[in-house]
Amino acid sequence: MAKAAARKTAPAASPSVERRPALAGRSTTAASVKVEVLPPAERVSLRAPEASVAALSKALGVTLPNKPKTAAANGGRTALWLGPDEWLVIDEADNDPLADCAKVSALHSAVGVSHRNIAISVTGAGAAAAINAGCPQDLSLDAFPVGAASRTILGKTEIVLLRTGNDAFRVECWRSFSDYVFTLLSEGSRDAAV
Amino acid sequence: MLLIRCPYCEEERPELEFRNAGEAHIARSANMAGESDDDFEKFFFIRSNPKGIIYERWRHMHGCARFFNAVRDTVTDKFVMTYKAGEPKPTKLPKNSNEVVAK
Repeated sequence: MAKAAARKTAPAASPSVERRPALAGRSTTAASVKVEVLPPAERVSLRAPEASVAALSKALGVTLPNKPKTAAANGGRTALWLGPDEWLVIDEADNDPLADCAKVSALHSAVGVSHRNIAISVTGAGAAAAINAGCPQDLSLDAFPVGAASRTILGKTEIVLLRTGNDAFRVECWRSFSDYVFTLLSEGSRDAAV
Repeated sequence: MLLIRCPYCEEERPELEFRNAGEAHIARSANMAGESDDDFEKFFFIRSNPKGIIYERWRHMHGCARFFNAVRDTVTDKFVMTYKAGEPKPTKLPKNSNEVVAK
């Protein structure tokens, strides 16, 4: 909560406190794929036992999915199933999910990871092929439908993959890996023949 | 690439998402300080290393991150079955194990 307050009141004037987003403005457009960096978002790594899920869902305004490889979205907020008691909550509407979790007294662990992750969007007819350049998962629509989400690997790094449309993916990776991930996706997009 | 069925993700995933975590069903003594040197050596160092069926712990490291147990054939490298951590060692393995894996 303190972090949210600080974020809104932090002076942007001094260059020493200016936040420099990784990869800001980078994009690659190949024949059938576009790879872009997405704007910053609020993120929470959430762990909670079964008994706390209902209370947390209510506080967050989005029902935490309990099925493997699924995600749920509501009002700019997306909850991705990562494990049997683990979710990644992404808020793109500039609300603070960490503050919402803090109101819940039921047992849970919510850790703000907003600046740990960078989101990269991969869109276009060859999007799945571009990601498959480094990701071994089956990304056909049967196996990985729209709304499916999974932690997996891309080349040498771990990513969280969310399918936002038939030809659109959101790739979440750690900030320190973002250069590698972006470059690999860019190379993959050039190779993605449709 | 091998496909390994994760009992928590309830589907087969590429082997690159997994890590082996040693032999399964090795019980840690409740009274470790009272263990004799020989018993501790057995618990800590001695592994069965069979030719054929082995029971192992695996971790879906780059997926749900959960540990689970797997039955694997060390000769063919094929996974016979997988089951959740904490579940008892299966007494009966699927009969035609090759088919289960090839599915």
